[in-house]
Amino acid sequence: MTPAAVTTEQLGKRYGQRTGRTKWALRDCTLEVPEGRICGLVGANGAGKTTLLKLLVGLARPTTGSVQVLGRAPGDDPAFLRDVGYLAQEVPLYRRWTAADHLAMGAHLNPVWDAAPTRQRLLDLDIPLDQRVGTMSGGQRAQVALALALGKRPRVLLLDEPVAALDPLARREFLATLGAAVAEAEGSLTVVLSSHLVSDLERICDHLVVLAESRTLLADDLDDVVASHRLLTAPRRDPGPIERQHTVLRTEQTPRQTSLWVRLDGPLHDPTWHSDPLSLEDIVLAYLGQRSRTTAELSTVIGGVR
Amino acid sequence: MLTLQLATHANVPTYVQIVQQVRQALLAGVLRPGDRLPTVKDVVAELAINPNTVLKAYRELEREGLVEARQGVGTFALRRPDGPPPATQLALGRSLARWVVKARAAGFDDAGIESLVRSTLLSATDEAIA
Repeated sequence: MTPAAVTTEQLGKRYGQRTGRTKWALRDCTLEVPEGRICGLVGANGAGKTTLLKLLVGLARPTTGSVQVLGRAPGDDPAFLRDVGYLAQEVPLYRRWTAADHLAMGAHLNPVWDAAPTRQRLLDLDIPLDQRVGTMSGGQRAQVALALALGKRPRVLLLDEPVAALDPLARREFLATLGAAVAEAEGSLTVVLSSHLVSDLERICDHLVVLAESRTLLADDLDDVVASHRLLTAPRRDPGPIERQHTVLRTEQTPRQTSLWVRLDGPLHDPTWHSDPLSLEDIVLAYLGQRSRTTAELSTVIGGVR
Repeated sequence: MLTLQLATHANVPTYVQIVQQVRQALLAGVLRPGDRLPTVKDVVAELAINPNTVLKAYRELEREGLVEARQGVGTFALRRPDGPPPATQLALGRSLARWVVKARAAGFDDAGIESLVRSTLLSATDEAIA
């Protein structure tokens, strides 16, 4: 088993203690991302994705629980910052600077800097190095930002909605660059990226974390996630026996038919249920749709996955 | 050079699709023993998929004895899987193509043809069991 690059234990973040109007941005988040993975972070707006990424990079401090990245608590010591790359949602670049200016800054600020490969990466993408990034397309700007983040040869790279503003082609190219960098690193680069686009995550990720209402609902290997979730249908009947053995995420009863969106926690013994595979999109929606469940029920969901 | 493709929403895991395509390419003679498979990085850069997914597919093919990973050089085709020879494949492919022409002439669209093929495969399996 490869060691974990990212570990959180009952991690929580509450904002607004000074104003007295406190709000949990993240609660009871327990997860593990093995080294060398590309982990997708999915959830509704306000589910805590940005907060989790900020806690991982040390831009926010935990209110409860613990977080470890590469075996260290995130902070501003140089050894930690050397190994961790972070790209905020708004793609922070200097609009009046050229791509080459940004590369020079990267070389100046980082103790380790892959000057030639970073330059080549941008040239391969036909990005004019002498053009101001403010006049570039969104896709080109995102590629410059990604090249900067990769240039320091990080061991963990955290990306907050990196493709949200990009058109489909630019998105595909961004993810291809990211995947190629992970392939090149041969297991020594771990990526955590948040996105709403489940179809993108399905291609590029091999690990998935689902957050809803500031809680972790699912954190597991992506192939295992897809293999263990099924849609069970049968002529209308009591879903009780299935509920006692497995985790039912969603139930739909019509006068004639019962449909259950289920995570199988073992073999399915009753062959009278018709069992169909679920797409990753359906699985994510089933988790996000069960927000109204009680805390106790949710913790059993998490408990089963770990 | 072998070009891999990916069908999304096929409900078939990506690594299984890669395994099937390489196996099919070996069967059809598109990929011959000694040929190099595309590198993991090439496949990832082309399809924007996860590198571990490609590795998983190549490991599965290696386990089946169809390919061989050579340290630092790449992954190479080793042997053809058991299956009908290329000539049989070709002949079956041709007769299927004639059938498809007939089905289209009869007014079937691609979706109709696919569902007919699927239901025929299923009922043929049932007969074999019964």
